[in-house]
Amino acid sequence: MATTNLGPVLSAFERRPESLIPLLQSVQESLGYLPPEALGTVARHARVPRSRVYGVASFYSQFRFNPVGRQRVAVCRGTACHVGGAKFILEQLERTLGILEGQTTDDMEYSLETVACIGCCGLAPCISVNDEVSAKLTPMKVRKQFKKARK
Amino acid sequence: MTAGFEQLRQTAEEQWEDLTTGDIPVITVGTATCGRSAGALDTLDVLRGELAGRELECRFVEVGCLGPCYAEPLVTVSLPGAATVLFASVNIKAARKIAAYVAGGELPEDLAFATIGTDSIPGIPELMETPVMKGQVRRVLRNCGVIDPGDIRHSIARGAYSGLQRALELDRDARIEELDRSGLRGRGGAGFPVSRKWKFCIDAPGDTRYIICNADEGDPGAFMNRSLLEGDPHALLEGMIIAGLTIGAAEGYIYCRAEYPLALARLAVAIEQAEEAGFLGPDALGSGRPFRIKVKEGAGAFVCGEETALIASLEGRRGMPRPRPPFPAVSGLWGCPTVINNVETLASVALIFQHGAAWYAEYGTTRSKGTKTFALVGNVARPGLVEVPLGTTLREMIFDIGGGVASGHRFKAVQTGGPSGGCLPEEKLDIPVDYESLQEAGTIMGSGGIVVMDERTCMVDFARFFLDFAADESCGKCGPCRLGTRQLLRILEDITQGKGTVSDLELLEGLCHNVMRGSLCGLGATAPNPVLTTLRYFREEYVAHVESRTCPALACRDFIAFEIDEENCTGCAACAALCPVDGISGEKKDLHTIDAAVCIKCGVCSDTCTFGAVETVQATP
Repeated sequence: MATTNLGPVLSAFERRPESLIPLLQSVQESLGYLPPEALGTVARHARVPRSRVYGVASFYSQFRFNPVGRQRVAVCRGTACHVGGAKFILEQLERTLGILEGQTTDDMEYSLETVACIGCCGLAPCISVNDEVSAKLTPMKVRKQFKKARK
Repeated sequence: MTAGFEQLRQTAEEQWEDLTTGDIPVITVGTATCGRSAGALDTLDVLRGELAGRELECRFVEVGCLGPCYAEPLVTVSLPGAATVLFASVNIKAARKIAAYVAGGELPEDLAFATIGTDSIPGIPELMETPVMKGQVRRVLRNCGVIDPGDIRHSIARGAYSGLQRALELDRDARIEELDRSGLRGRGGAGFPVSRKWKFCIDAPGDTRYIICNADEGDPGAFMNRSLLEGDPHALLEGMIIAGLTIGAAEGYIYCRAEYPLALARLAVAIEQAEEAGFLGPDALGSGRPFRIKVKEGAGAFVCGEETALIASLEGRRGMPRPRPPFPAVSGLWGCPTVINNVETLASVALIFQHGAAWYAEYGTTRSKGTKTFALVGNVARPGLVEVPLGTTLREMIFDIGGGVASGHRFKAVQTGGPSGGCLPEEKLDIPVDYESLQEAGTIMGSGGIVVMDERTCMVDFARFFLDFAADESCGKCGPCRLGTRQLLRILEDITQGKGTVSDLELLEGLCHNVMRGSLCGLGATAPNPVLTTLRYFREEYVAHVESRTCPALACRDFIAFEIDEENCTGCAACAALCPVDGISGEKKDLHTIDAAVCIKCGVCSDTCTFGAVETVQATP
């Protein structure tokens, strides 16, 4: 992944340590993840040691160090979703997509992750696919939705 | 005060009047995140499409969330000279019928949920008379689902920024006094009096001060702030400007979760409009003082709801808490005196200055004033966002407003306060919801999440769920929380997997108290609450898991199996069609059987069977 073209992304932020998190968010938005070279580039721009960039990036669950699929499937693990059977939704997705939580399919089409709470608790259980929320799910609905997509 | 504001308000009011009472039909669609996930954007498309081809002018307004999530997508139609009708669960088919009504056809009465406003239609209740709304008092949420959150004029026409104007007519002491008389306490969880927090900050030495809005709504099962940000962002901005100008801050930060993309987008638009209108900028509403608001996106860490961790995150560091004192009011962002209030608190501040302290304190109890928003979710018939006077009982909220437990099951427990709160049994349902009463019962008000559970939820597993969350979200700085939550989780996992022993219960209790006492911040200090309250009120379930090796709720997978009853099975194959692992087989109209080797015990078959043929039975782990 070429990091040389990060210039325009970086230049929107002041060269100060407090820009670190927004910088990482922007770089991830543009590259899809945070490759090792990008961490160095961000460190230089924010004028902080690389160790601190890694420390911050590894602390927050939003940041990823591996490429992610074109479709990011996130299963809500909020309380209402838990009561509504979220674990069966997650397991179903693992079976249907053939990957475990935190993994990406070989064709880079799907990534499967969990999210703290989407805030759609009135319509639990729910998932989001690239920030678009599907609600009131059952294992079978999920299986149908993604079986079709897998073909 | 400022001629500019007066003029803006006048135009806004005229436009609002024209929109609500004019000759052109108005259709509103709730397109907040919850509405969208129920298909509101498709509904909107269909309505637009159906009406586009006709010789008919009508206005579409995208509004926020009115509250009854279970009835989404929600659509209202106001035809000239007719009552405004609210339609619920408007799918594509229903949208076509509604479009026909707008175009001059019959009112599809079966789809009408309520009327809104003074005009009525026989046979259709007024919205505030419907069971879901009857016990509610909509103050903080008054604009949600009513106005276009992307249009500042709608907010202004409904009173926004008049509170700011009034605050500016008062001096600083008078503002603090007004706030003090309102009795407003922090809506983020701890319930600290807001006037005192502001006063501490004002009294702290320093030249630069900050106001921060905590919009990092991290409690799983809570979405009050999301709905408010998506439905009425100016309510927050107004309160924040009042706070900033009162404590002497020139800059404010809104720290909002990245998981709320729509709320972030609406905030950005609202801030831009408030700047254009002069409420924000070098001379905020003619106050002679600058005030600006920046939005910072959280990066996914529950602990950042803790104020010192939030500050660390804003400063670009790992979101780890530090010991207090000094409190942020004395030494906060960049070491400067800082006030941190949550979204609902600041929106309430705006209301107090719009209507006065006495008006605000009309509702509530002696020590907990005003109204509070709650996210009522879980196994409840009418989940959604509600706002009630403090002091309303849990029973009123769950059974009157929420319609009781969904699908005929028995009520078992209610959990308040998110991962920091606790579970209460049926006999505690009559306690009034206020800060002190909940604390006495062993839980907390928290930010407003209320999760209802029926007899199918295992309380040990529920405690395990929260400890899993706490162990995952522990920042790792202090040992009692980092190691303690992990050990608590392990013990609970053992118990739910049939590997627990009687002595585990004592161990759990002792460890809980140590984690509470030893942890650095609120996350660790409250993480054991779900365990302690379930041990207090549902001890017999723990005992059953470790002694007779059974899960009374028939929920823990290692303790149960599913079987199909020969007598009752009609061979309809409904279960087989829905089994996610294709583990049910049988000839049509013949007895079906479950393959125990592949069964994942999801329970879909037993939920599906209308003949009661699928039984959940105890199994030995």
